[in-house]
Amino acid sequence: MKKRSKNPELATTKSRLDLKRRDFFTLLGGGVVVYLSSRNPSELLALPLIQRREVPEDFNAFLTIYEDGTVICHVGKIEMGQGPITSLPQQVADELDVSIESIKMVMGDTATCSYDAGTWGSLTTREYSHYLRAACAEARAVLIQLAAEHLKISPDNAKVKDGVIFDASNPEKKISYGWLTKGERIERSMDEKPKVKDHTQFYYVGQSLLHADSRLKVSGEAKYTADIPMEGRVYAKVLRPPSHHVELKTVDYSEAEKITGAQVVRDGNLIAVLHKFPDVAERALGTIKAEYTVDENKVDDHSIFNHLLTATGDTREREKAGDLEAGEAQADLIVESEFHDGYKAHAPIEPHAAMAKWEGEKVTVWASCQSPFGAQDQIAQELEMALEDVRVISPFVGGGFGGKIYHPQVMEVVKIARLVNLPVLLAYTREEEFFMDFFRSAAVIQIRSGITEKGLISLWDYKHYFFEARGSDTIYNVPNKLTTSYVARRGSPVQPLPTGAWRAPGANSNTFARESHIDIMAAKADIDPVEFRLRNLVDEKMIAVIEALKAKFGYTPAKGPSGRGIGMACGTDAGTWVAVMVEVKVDIETGNVQAIKAVVSQDMGMCVNPQGSIIQAEGCVTMGMGYALSEDIEFKGGNVISSNFDNYQLPLFSWTPEVIDTVILDRMDEPPQGGGEPAIICMGGALANAIFDACGARLYQMPMTPERVLAGIKLAKG
Amino acid sequence: MEKLIRFNLNGKETEVTIDPTLTLLWVLRDQFGLTGTKYGCGIGVCGACTILVDDNAVRSCTYQVSDVMDRKVVTIEGLASNGELHPVQKAFIKKDALQCGYCTPGMIMNATSLLLSNPEPTRQEVIDAMQENLCRCGAHIRIIEAIQLAGQDMKKGK
Repeated sequence: MKKRSKNPELATTKSRLDLKRRDFFTLLGGGVVVYLSSRNPSELLALPLIQRREVPEDFNAFLTIYEDGTVICHVGKIEMGQGPITSLPQQVADELDVSIESIKMVMGDTATCSYDAGTWGSLTTREYSHYLRAACAEARAVLIQLAAEHLKISPDNAKVKDGVIFDASNPEKKISYGWLTKGERIERSMDEKPKVKDHTQFYYVGQSLLHADSRLKVSGEAKYTADIPMEGRVYAKVLRPPSHHVELKTVDYSEAEKITGAQVVRDGNLIAVLHKFPDVAERALGTIKAEYTVDENKVDDHSIFNHLLTATGDTREREKAGDLEAGEAQADLIVESEFHDGYKAHAPIEPHAAMAKWEGEKVTVWASCQSPFGAQDQIAQELEMALEDVRVISPFVGGGFGGKIYHPQVMEVVKIARLVNLPVLLAYTREEEFFMDFFRSAAVIQIRSGITEKGLISLWDYKHYFFEARGSDTIYNVPNKLTTSYVARRGSPVQPLPTGAWRAPGANSNTFARESHIDIMAAKADIDPVEFRLRNLVDEKMIAVIEALKAKFGYTPAKGPSGRGIGMACGTDAGTWVAVMVEVKVDIETGNVQAIKAVVSQDMGMCVNPQGSIIQAEGCVTMGMGYALSEDIEFKGGNVISSNFDNYQLPLFSWTPEVIDTVILDRMDEPPQGGGEPAIICMGGALANAIFDACGARLYQMPMTPERVLAGIKLAKG
Repeated sequence: MEKLIRFNLNGKETEVTIDPTLTLLWVLRDQFGLTGTKYGCGIGVCGACTILVDDNAVRSCTYQVSDVMDRKVVTIEGLASNGELHPVQKAFIKKDALQCGYCTPGMIMNATSLLLSNPEPTRQEVIDAMQENLCRCGAHIRIIEAIQLAGQDMKKGK
């Protein structure tokens, strides 16, 4: 054992943003601090550029153990309903050998938590928890060393239960973690890293636990950003343009300034009204007269698809194999389709919010945000501040779905609050939430495929236009294939609206296209669509997931359309193999689609909290019905017309299937994979295929609204 | 401009002198610190701000504070009694009927109102009553179960 030295190579790559290691430990206070030294740099490449701040090698401190045995676990991850406040302690408790009740989670606070780039990509378990578990394993080993020295026993003879280390041959010789760590900061680490436990040694991991935060959430005690009490706080209301593509020409806010108690502040084009009552701030905002340039962009939610197909960009070829011409020659049948998908909002029920409080040169920000450290970076960079002068705290987050990776409200409120000597809360209205969103991209996909006489796919030519490649993998065993991505050139965006992450963003559109097309091929080849998939798959995990799906659903083969209204889709996302089967009723008079039953099957490797994973899968099914059946951003140019829940339809209680079953394959001996996103990617394809199976209507565009279903029925009757 | 507004808030006679046109939601949150009632849409279509006024579920974002003059208001914070959660709250925990939790107080208030008028609702009756409450995380199937469970528990006097 030795005191860890800083890796000089890494040290030189760090910027002035580097939080001083000593400062960090000071913030943590007493207790044991565990250092981690190993981190696979390739995993950092998965992160957006701005977030590759630094490898959290030197100060990746996760744990503090207090005298009473309380384990404070400081993690940069945030809780937005996806459940790490429950699943991370399960892992900590097992690795440390403490009771889960002794663990207290502190999350999303840049001042006290271990760095994390952001909570996204279903990475908490499949990536972050490796480091957390390793930290715990190392802490346990260090504590055993210390205990052995104190008890004068061999560390090999020491055992741990509920945070008490004892001599295996004489259990009376014992000492607790809390006693060892009392009042001391022990900077030790293990030269040889202890192994984390394997699945046979778990007690908590693999158990189904209820949400650990539900008591706070059902009682109204849980604090979200706008709920943080703050003496003297004022609300800010920000002047918004009518379009993303216009500039402010003139502005007159003299009327707003006349309103008692209202204050107008301006930082460049950021203009806000402040008042202690949000109603009054809103009224004052309404009196501001502003003129803008004209939005010349005429693309709207109807012309967007042609716009994407004809836009200038670059092409990237992926998954190239065999020879497309040979694939065509082998084919008995060629099938071509084109699929469209409109913009989708994140629409968390909690809109973006942030509160800033300046104290001298330092600022503290509470933010509804998936990336408190990213927000901290941004503030420090834009305002040229030292990183330690910026503290960002993400309390409970009321839904994110990728939309709170972006946090424009944070910079806005920090700038506004800097102009006045008051704590300021900027809580977006629902209208702002829609306008300021970074939408899931609109999408066009073209597929040309060939099927042999034996029902095998000989050709797969897949083109997707100006949205993410995620989920565009062929997944089926095709000898001659090519995936072509049309991508925007740097500085020449093609999507007219701001776009970004969503719950598995592009994978939803890509999976809808691929899985619909597969069904079209199966129907043309007169083969049961499930059987057609299995015939064209060699991926054993995918096959096992589909077999489990069939069994759970009680599926019996039939050629489509069978009239039963059953459809499936499958794919891989966030490291997980997933398949969903749904049963729907289609009202042929109204075009309304009602889901009756949904079954999710997934191979997600080791599953930490089956209950949590099942709930995520149910959420994917329910949320997925929205993008598939009703959600579509109406817009013209840069003007986002969809503005609230009365004109952007989220799934309703009446849509809920009577049954949502989830099968999680037992893969406890394999590394954990993602659980928050995978199942949602299947919902578009599964519903499209179920609609076809019910009534013969093939839908090529999402959302599959009643009007489009009726048009599809009409076309099918031909 | 300001006016004295008297009402019963979570079992206590309360008064506040304030601009009577202010939105009840913000007055509850800012003047009384009752932040369990959430803003979601501002136009009464999402249900996150649902409270009880004289035992009926209403959208506090569509109410002015003067609308509750001399009436009985209950927010999520007033549902538990002596630290013991209301059966609807308990049922939400038992059924794990929440994720991010932001819509949860509104769901619970709306469900409480339903159970006051219909103690043993069918699945369809629960759906009809909850239809205007939005949840983005997709906890619907569990919320339906939780509300039915709460009805059963209340009947048993739990």
